[in-house]
Amino acid sequence: MKVSIFITCVSDVMYPQVGEAIVRILNQYGVEVDFPKTQTCCGQPSYNSGYWEETRTAARTLLRSFDDSDFVVSPSGSCTYMIHHYSELFKEEPEWLEKAQRLEQKTYEFTQFLVQVLGVTDVGANFPCKVTYHPSCHGSRLLGIKDEPLELLRNVKGLQFVPLPFAEDCCGFGGTFAIKMSDISGAMVAEKADHVIESEAEVLVGLDLACLMNIAGHLRYRNEPVKVMHLAELLYEGMNLR
Amino acid sequence: MSMTSPMATDVKTRAELALNDEFLRKAVRFTTERLRNGKRSASEELPHWEAWRDRAREIRLHTIAHLDYYLNLFVENARANGVHIHFADNSAEAVDISLKIAARKQAKSAVKSKSMVTEELHLNEAFAQAGIEAVETDLGEYIIQLAGEGPSHIVIPAIHKNRYQIAELLSKEAGEPLAPDTTVLAGFVRKKLREKFLEADIGITGCNFAIAETGSMVLFENEGNARMVSTVPKTQITFMGMERIIPSWEDLEVMATLLPRSATGQKLTMYMSGITGPRREQDMDGPDEMHIIIVDNGRSLQLGDPEFQELLNCIRCGACLNACPVYRHIGGHAYGGTYSGPIGAVLTPALNGNVEEWNDIASASSLCGACYEACPVKIPLHDMLVFLRRRKVEQGRGDKLEAAGMKGFAAIMANSKRFSAAIRAAQVGQKVVVRNGEITTKLGPLKGWNSYRTLPAIAKRTFRQRWEAGEIAAQSAVKEMDPGIRERMEGIMQQRKKRGGDSS
Repeated sequence: MKVSIFITCVSDVMYPQVGEAIVRILNQYGVEVDFPKTQTCCGQPSYNSGYWEETRTAARTLLRSFDDSDFVVSPSGSCTYMIHHYSELFKEEPEWLEKAQRLEQKTYEFTQFLVQVLGVTDVGANFPCKVTYHPSCHGSRLLGIKDEPLELLRNVKGLQFVPLPFAEDCCGFGGTFAIKMSDISGAMVAEKADHVIESEAEVLVGLDLACLMNIAGHLRYRNEPVKVMHLAELLYEGMNLR
Repeated sequence: MSMTSPMATDVKTRAELALNDEFLRKAVRFTTERLRNGKRSASEELPHWEAWRDRAREIRLHTIAHLDYYLNLFVENARANGVHIHFADNSAEAVDISLKIAARKQAKSAVKSKSMVTEELHLNEAFAQAGIEAVETDLGEYIIQLAGEGPSHIVIPAIHKNRYQIAELLSKEAGEPLAPDTTVLAGFVRKKLREKFLEADIGITGCNFAIAETGSMVLFENEGNARMVSTVPKTQITFMGMERIIPSWEDLEVMATLLPRSATGQKLTMYMSGITGPRREQDMDGPDEMHIIIVDNGRSLQLGDPEFQELLNCIRCGACLNACPVYRHIGGHAYGGTYSGPIGAVLTPALNGNVEEWNDIASASSLCGACYEACPVKIPLHDMLVFLRRRKVEQGRGDKLEAAGMKGFAAIMANSKRFSAAIRAAQVGQKVVVRNGEITTKLGPLKGWNSYRTLPAIAKRTFRQRWEAGEIAAQSAVKEMDPGIRERMEGIMQQRKKRGGDSS
């Protein structure tokens, strides 16, 4: 069985420790992880902006990279969901369409893979902190990831979970939206940060690094001490494997 | 002019106005939250909410797919009930038909119940120009009519105003100061409108649903004003979007279950009136003459368009507005059209058939999908927003700089070596701006991001670089796999194979 990591640009370039955490956690369960070096980006920035021809170019790179993988794991619900658009993008190209459908079926967001595929809900981590969770929109609404992260968090020893008010509201990232409509996006992230602070959590976790980069960036801007982590990072730290 | 023209300002400018208006933001937040929570409780109390949504979507899909058939059936039955039916291709025609009826009746005044389609037609202005007073009788509509504004919400037109602002408006109308107390204010309006109801020559209504099997029309409301509008004046004119049809009363049960719950969290609105023709001899009240103007105004453009036809399924509940985090911060007027929020962002350009001119509204979305999740008939608005953006690009009307950027993006992403080289260049280049692992400068393209956040620097060593240096993968670290896990994984692969999706 070949399990490959789809690292996604944001994790690769800005948060390499998240990819590392995923690999090491999976190793604990006997999963050897492979990194196809030809992978680049899922194409979401161009897709969402309406540049579908450019998106196909990026998508083909990914389709080729993971063609012979049995499972693909990614640290992002949003990038995972992007693959679900590939069938639509390649509906006129049967050869690519077939690859697209296969990739869609075998690609999982990290917590999906852990819980749904491996059947792991307790990684044996210990993390004595007050933690809240932001469910990113694409992961929760479009991929339907709702219970997986919560179950994993529930089983972390010492962890005190505090609910995030208006958790389901978008953080305002939205890709190029954050640049194009920066004032609206800024208002959204400010409110999200207010809610994080209101939760009194010491740590905010999530499953999408772009959203976390947005929220963390705003918290830093306001000099708020809340720590922002990907759930994989929290679990890995709590497993004390280093 | 039959089409709404795009405003002189862009959505960014309009949004900025709203973002700097604390009153507006507070008022919108307060009410959308109340409605959203109401909807949540109502949908949790009703068993099988998702099944109801699926059923409603099926009804709407079926009706729109056979719209010609059901429209004919409706028209035939309505005519048999004694209703005068008119068809209007565009807003000018619709307005013209109604003005001609008014002229024939030598009407001096009309009372109106809440209707989004008449807002779309700018009917009040046309009536005023013709010297006929058309008075809104829904409280919210009355308020914005006094303010000279359009609705900023599909269901709560004056959502952007607080009671102090409303008291100010109504005091002016009353000629005396009214206390900012909802009972006082509503009491004043009630008294004032009572006079208008009694003297009106014409009652104008919208139409929530038109029932094909009996040629009836159905109105949902809470204030009783639509009931008055459709019973007191001698002549009734109903404006109906051509897609308001549902086949049967049985289908109405589904819609009546979903519409009030989705709109306000009510199990049912205070009034739900089914009207089948003008007053019959044995009826106590009702209009002697009843007209229904069936309005196209861009709706038929969506028929046969696989990407946008589902827009016609909309039942105008406003749930997508209440769920939308963008609407929450900028309110409805920033959208610049009659319809606001996610549905407005898509419906306005679709009805106008001028995607390229309205495209900036489609950009004002983070594509979070809250609208789709809230929609009782499951319209994929988040996808439609992307389709709008794509159509603009395909028509060559995209931003030139962005288009060049996307070409560059594709060139880099087409090849991992190029991607790696670009990242290496950025790692070197960023050194001038990185302080303590982050970038805070607001220069150039970083202004938008860094006006509200700091940007993390590119890692000193990326995941790829570390992987290639052999720092991450270590065969020795891989533990032996639990047979249970192996079984699960193999099972999933086998299932996949069975479904025919995997040939490996």
